[in-house]
Amino acid sequence: MDLSAINPILLLASLMVAATAVMIAALGELIVERAGVLNLGVEGMMITGAIVGFAAAVHSGSPTVGFIAAAAGGAGLSLLFALLTQVALANQVASGLALTLFGLGLSSLIGQSYVGIKPPSTPKLDIPLLSDIPVLGPIVFRHDLMVYIGIALVAVVWAFLKFTRAGLVLRAVGENHDAAHALGYKVVRIRVMAILFGGACAGLGGAYISLIRVPQWTEGMTAGVGWIALALVVFASWKPWRVLLGAYLFGGVTVLQLNLQAAGIAIPVEYLSMSPYLITILVLVIMSADRSAAPASLGRIFHASQ
Amino acid sequence: MTGKLLSIRGLTKAYPGVVANSDVSFEIEPGEVHALLGENGAGKSTLVKMIYGLVKPDSGDMVLQGREYTPAEPQAARAAGVAMVFQHFSLFDALNVAENVALGMANPPKTSELAAKITSVSEQYGLPLDPWKIVGDLSAGERQRVEIIRCLLQDPKLLIMDEPTSVLTPQEVEILFATLRKLKAEGTSILYISHKLEEIRALCDEATILRLGKKVATCTPRETTAAQMAELMVGSELHRPERAVTVPGAVRLALRGLSVKSPGQFGTSLKDISLEVRAGEVLGLAGVAGNGQDELLAALAGEILAKPGMVVLDGTEIGAKGPGVRRKMGLLTGPEERLGHAAAPNMSLTENALLTGAEREGLMQNGFLKWGKAKSFAEAIIKRFDVRTPGPETAARALSGGNLQKFVIGREVMQRPDVLVVNQPTWGVDASAAAVIRQALLDLAVGGAAIVVISQDLDELMEVADNFAALNEGRLSEIRPAKGLSMEEIGLMMGGAHGLEVAHV
Repeated sequence: MDLSAINPILLLASLMVAATAVMIAALGELIVERAGVLNLGVEGMMITGAIVGFAAAVHSGSPTVGFIAAAAGGAGLSLLFALLTQVALANQVASGLALTLFGLGLSSLIGQSYVGIKPPSTPKLDIPLLSDIPVLGPIVFRHDLMVYIGIALVAVVWAFLKFTRAGLVLRAVGENHDAAHALGYKVVRIRVMAILFGGACAGLGGAYISLIRVPQWTEGMTAGVGWIALALVVFASWKPWRVLLGAYLFGGVTVLQLNLQAAGIAIPVEYLSMSPYLITILVLVIMSADRSAAPASLGRIFHASQ
Repeated sequence: MTGKLLSIRGLTKAYPGVVANSDVSFEIEPGEVHALLGENGAGKSTLVKMIYGLVKPDSGDMVLQGREYTPAEPQAARAAGVAMVFQHFSLFDALNVAENVALGMANPPKTSELAAKITSVSEQYGLPLDPWKIVGDLSAGERQRVEIIRCLLQDPKLLIMDEPTSVLTPQEVEILFATLRKLKAEGTSILYISHKLEEIRALCDEATILRLGKKVATCTPRETTAAQMAELMVGSELHRPERAVTVPGAVRLALRGLSVKSPGQFGTSLKDISLEVRAGEVLGLAGVAGNGQDELLAALAGEILAKPGMVVLDGTEIGAKGPGVRRKMGLLTGPEERLGHAAAPNMSLTENALLTGAEREGLMQNGFLKWGKAKSFAEAIIKRFDVRTPGPETAARALSGGNLQKFVIGREVMQRPDVLVVNQPTWGVDASAAAVIRQALLDLAVGGAAIVVISQDLDELMEVADNFAALNEGRLSEIRPAKGLSMEEIGLMMGGAHGLEVAHV
């Protein structure tokens, strides 16, 4: 065992990369759940975004086009969920699960001809001066743009929920849809928009995996990250900065355990592999012990009767 | 220019199977307090929802200040100067007062300005309120203030209030009335919906009385007696429950220092409650909603278990026993929430009769159900309590609130309880059906049962109770004979005006 083989600077740098996909997807789901909708289809929307973004990037040669297409693909799939749950008033849990299964199938259908292809690479931002700072430079300032977009998104979602009127209305709809309706807010319209945002975020997260993290297409490559994103939202008590914390914790432990495996530490590999999930959930469970509760209308079907 | 604020002409609204409003017309003058009176299901709520833009009328028209008024949605109604305080509060528990107020406004100012405005308006009208408090932590009276302030900040010309006093202590009612009189003096008209006749006589200038969706009369409340108005509402003379004089017997139910934690996040824990109820006695428990009523019923029913020694039935300790055992021993309960707690909405009346009656009525043998017997039990309840329904196979949710209430209370009464505890037994039930339910409770007491009636309707408690106490933040006041208690004393027992002193933190 040789722990000195682990370079802490590289470790911290790759932590940010490892955390980005799950963080963006979780932020989207956070908005959806704050509006009172439980969309369990995150995994399906992520993998759909992964393949749609991959295909678009390969054909256009531009990762940017790929990410835009991925967001559109995720949002498109979530529109199906929105129609089912908001218009046809179907059960949200069942529809979400169906969406995941559908997304997994759809993505492998689309992806058949893309196996083994390399996508155009996404340039890393080498911010002059900042990236030359010793230690901090390589950790924080030598990543691709999506890492920073992800962090910016946390701040935007937080500010949106806390300071804007639209955010207040969104929270109100998630808290008590009957009262929001009585005050004249368009519950269904607001929820559909939230669902679309959630889908777009999940698509972006998925494309981050297929275009940057792994850069290739394999069937089922999101490998449960969508489910982690769902759990992250709950254990982060529906708070954006806690999502960031949880995602970095998850990413950090993932990278660390891979490094430990490589260093040949005398712990069975199975324990190391399960450690990111265990530690992330454990920490967030302890943190969510305060009195913050789920949006009161979460998962309830809204029907504007008389 | 007619000088009228709002004229309503021939409003009609029909839902499948029921005409909620049929050709209703009336007028409201500026600065007038107009009462809308009627039994449950008379169509009051539908009518005000049309005025507030939540429901579109099938026919008829409204004229507001000389102009055609057809609000397509509540925003349009608010823009036209119509505001509404809802019966079931339209508030968001997890948000603070300022956020709740902002949600009811078209163009709210910045939060800090809004908070200052809330503070100043609330003090101006004698309704102190802290804008930064989370609404879920407020008492019912304070929550209502949030709704009223939300309306007042828009300078409404017409304020609609749907049963505003049902959740208030007598002192809080006085404060509310003072506010409403002040508004009236400033020229605001108020449409006041209630079935509490004395309140209407004290407050309102004009009254429109609805029965079965039709306007049946108008009157000037000050010049009409409560009994006359009641007759107009019901359409026949009211039977008042009578009671035979009973001599209290042995103690049947005793609570000894009952303390339990509330299972709900915004619930009230019970603190050291002690009481005794004797055979033939009716104990009335008053209290503003959310002061531990639900928890007390749950603790008595066995839904919340207490420590040994806290609950004693006929000398046997049952604090740690579950609902089934308690039912078998003769302690029956009827919770407040009809749909979902007292009755399973999608199950038939027969099935609902089985759910609580299985043990005592022998509707079950070796784990198998006796459907025939269950059906005749359900039919017996329907017959004795005049439940209006096509038959025992109807789903509980298909019954109107009042009819289902008769059924769920009747179901417990027919099981010949030794001790019966009911919470809000006549909530949402029309006056004649309420009289039937109250009479059944009194008859049970005469037969030697001990009855505990938890209610927010003080008139009801005064009518049935021998002894009276009030719940306030999970504590029980001292128990006093109901006869001779004044409204003021009752109000103090209920905790006086809630939150008046807390508000200027």
